[in-house]
Formats: sequence, C-alpha cells, structure tokens
Amino acid sequence: MLKLEKLTKVYKTGDKALSDVDLEVPQGQVIALIGPSGAGKSTLIRCINRLVDPTSGRVILKGVDLTGLGARRLRRERRRMGMIFQEYALVERLTVMENVLSGRLGYVGFLRSFFRKFPQSDIDEAFRLLDRVGLLHMADKRADELSGGQRQRVGICRALIQDPALLLVDEPTASLDPKTSREIMRLIVEMCRERDLAAIINIHDVNLAKMFVQRVVGLESGRIIFDGAPEELVPEVLTQIYGEEDWEATIETVDEDDDEEADA
Amino acid sequence: MSSALELKLGTRWKKPPFITDAKLRWALLIGSVIYLILAFASLEINWARVYEGLERGWRFIMAFSQPDFTSRANDIREGMIESVIMTVTSTIVGIAISIPVALGAARNIAPMPIYLVCRFVISISRALNEIIVAILFVAIFGFGPLAGFLTLSFATIGFLAKLLAEDIEDMNKSQAEAIRATGASWMQWINYGVQPQVMPRLIGLSIYRLDINFRESAVLGLVGAGGIGATLNTAFDRYEFGTVAAILIIIIVVVMALEYISGLIRARIK
Repeated sequence: MLKLEKLTKVYKTGDKALSDVDLEVPQGQVIALIGPSGAGKSTLIRCINRLVDPTSGRVILKGVDLTGLGARRLRRERRRMGMIFQEYALVERLTVMENVLSGRLGYVGFLRSFFRKFPQSDIDEAFRLLDRVGLLHMADKRADELSGGQRQRVGICRALIQDPALLLVDEPTASLDPKTSREIMRLIVEMCRERDLAAIINIHDVNLAKMFVQRVVGLESGRIIFDGAPEELVPEVLTQIYGEEDWEATIETVDEDDDEEADA
Repeated sequence: MSSALELKLGTRWKKPPFITDAKLRWALLIGSVIYLILAFASLEINWARVYEGLERGWRFIMAFSQPDFTSRANDIREGMIESVIMTVTSTIVGIAISIPVALGAARNIAPMPIYLVCRFVISISRALNEIIVAILFVAIFGFGPLAGFLTLSFATIGFLAKLLAEDIEDMNKSQAEAIRATGASWMQWINYGVQPQVMPRLIGLSIYRLDINFRESAVLGLVGAGGIGATLNTAFDRYEFGTVAAILIIIIVVVMALEYISGLIRARIK
C-alpha cells in the first residue's frame, strides 16, 4: 500500500539524513521504527507526507507517487495520511473540538472552516471519536487545559477524522509517563486494527515497541539495518542499532511487561 | 585524580572578562571617560537666561493650580472629539493593513521577495518620525485631522507589523506543522495554525498602539494635524496657561485611564 523506493534526504547543511531507504508497508500493518536520536526516523516519516521534501527517491501511496505532486494534489494526498506528533502539537489556544475538526481542513473550503461551520457528518464523527477515546465531556475545553495523555488522545482523534489510509506517528509517548505511554500505544494499535489502517510509529522505547507491533524496522545513520519481527531483536541487533550497551536487562523486562492487564 | 585536576586545585577562579583583549578593554574605558569630560565641557549654559526663564516656567507650573476648563470649554471638547476619532480610526485602519504586512514580514511564512518588500515597508514607516510624516501630510492634504489620521495609520503599520511579525517568527512550529499535515490550504493553515498562537499578542499590541496613538495625536496638533494638539497649540500661542493646564490634565487623565484599561485587558487574555 505504501512503498518507499531509494528515498534519500540530504539537508542543506550537507547532513545525509536518509540514504536509499526502501520500505514496503502492506495495508493494516503497524510498524515500529526504532533507532538512536538523529538516525533519521523523524525525517523518514516527514518525507512521506512531504512536510520535508526528499532529495531523491519515490514515495508511492496506493499507486500515487507523492514526490512529484504540485501543491494542490499534495494537499489532497495528505488527507489520506494522518499524523500524530511528539508533544501532541495540538493548537493550544483552540478548543478540543476545533483541534479534532482541524483534521477535516483538507475536505472543507476556507469560509466554512473560518466560520467553524463544518458539515454535520464531520461534527458527528468528531463527537464519536472523542467518545471513543473517553474525552467527549472535554469537547469545549481549550487544548492547553488537558493533561499530556488527554492531549495525545485528541491528537489521535485529529489524525483519524481525516479518514486516512496510513498513520504517521512521531514519538507518540515521548513526554508521557510509562502507564499513559502504554495506554496511548494500545489505543493507536487498536484504532489501526478497527479501521484496517497501516501505521509507521517512530519510537525510541524498544520495550514499548515490542509489546505492541508485529514488525520492527531499525534505522541507523539513515539506513535500514534491521527489518523483522520483535522477537528477532536480540542484543546483537540492538548493539548494531544503538551501539554497545548491556541489553539483557532491557529484554528481560519485556517479558514481565507482557503480563500487564489492558485497561483502556 | 587526573593530572589536569591536580593542576587546577588551589588556584583562584575569576569570571573571564567580557572583552578578552586587555589593551582594547583599557583603551575603551579611558576613551569613554575622556569623551564624557570633553562633552560636558562643551555644553554652554547661559545662567542669566536660565534665571529669566525660571520665572516664566514658574508661571506655567503655577497655572496648574488653577486650570481653566471653562472659558475654552467648546474648543477643548471639539479638540478632544477630533482626537478620539483620529485615534480610533487610525488604529483600526493601521491594524487592518499591518496584519497582511506582518504575515509577509515573517521569515518562516513568506517567500524571500515578499519578505523583503514587507520589511522595506516596515523600515520606512519606522524610520520616519511621526512629526515629519505629519508635516508632509499637512503639506499635501492641508491643516486638519485628515493629515493626523493618515500619519497615525502610517506609524501604526511600522510598529504593529514589526512586532507581530516577530511574534509569528517565534511561534511554535509543531502546532503549525500539524495543521499543514492535515492537508489544509494556506489560508486555513494561517487561520488554524498561526492565528490562535499570535492572537493574544495582536490584541495586546493593538490596545497598546491605541494608547500611543492618542498620545501622539496630542503632539501632531502642534504641526497642524488637528485634534486636541491643535487646541493646545492655540492656547499656548495666546498665553492662556490656564487652558493649557486644563488640556494637559485631560490628556494625562485619558492616557492613564487607557493604560489602566489596556493593562486589565492584556492581563485577561492568555
């Protein structure tokens, strides 16, 4: 469904963030993208929806090559890629409802969005999503009144109301406590399953990644150096990705974590 | 213990000087002291003239003990109304023009050519003092509040657009990025991603500018641009210090009231 071909990004400073990345994501598959800071994870997902323009290579979403599109066509394609951000990236002075509805901006005209006159179907869907993540009562609160976990739930609603085929998720749990982190990851994975969505999740917490996804891709210095099931992430592989460390302890805790009860 | 640490232990520590070159540091210090002495020595003060002037100054100050609100009440009222109209209209027009200019002058939003044009407009507006602009507009449009209105609108653009553009440049990038990622158009992006972030600053600056424009309107009258300043000027020319005092008191009270109100409003928007 999504195919990256020889994707390369060289920043103006000369830093090569990605080199010849090939990756294929089938419909409905959730992938965790792991790697050390600066490995190019963030650049990779931003190259897909072209918040960052790749230097060369192709991004093909359901047969459409996104790399050559003009501004108008690009906006149409962006609607099919929901994005969830590190630190939530909600517009803090807008209400929760406005933040969720902003996911429909690609579908409505300027005047409608300016006067907040969204179609009833959009409004209903926004209420439905907020109810699903347990925040219906917060609809008219301002986004900056919410806690971190609540904000990220709103961020998830904003991405899902786009009716996307693909979710791009950038460090969704970076500033959340361990329990909330799991709840958010569980919610994202559940939503993907319910809607048969593919997702690429950047995450630096290896344990968390292993708990929730079927496939892990390891990125180091802009190259994919691991692609496989979570169980294949043995200490040697982690050393290859992150450098020398004692990985045994990290891996053991995973087994204990798996017993934890779901509460979302 | 490392050998580098052993060398350091027991030695004194001083904050490194701001200017590292000792010669340059002393040259600058001695140079500025000499310049100050010479500068003060060059001031020519005619103490006899000051003595004469003191009496006139005293009369002016004494007039405040008995301000005359009544004998020119009509002129004062008309001047005030004119000033208020001038202030409000010029602030509104100035804001309306400032917003697009500010968007163009924010480096993170505008492409280079537009950025340069908008920055040029802002620097022109800021480079020219209100009085000079007012003299020009009085020459073109004649005496009266129209010249004052145009002057203040022009000055508002430089002030508001510059500060608003800086606020836009300081905005949180990820909030704006998130809106762009939804497939929003440019206008929607500004409306959802940028505007909410800069709104408190825009409101605060606008009220502050209203305040400044009222104060300026009192000065612009002195060069013929209408308003309460014109009334003040006339009173000066007639040596009616009682009326002058009355007008100044009114201006001071209005400015203080405006400042108090704008403080209240700015504290309430966050």
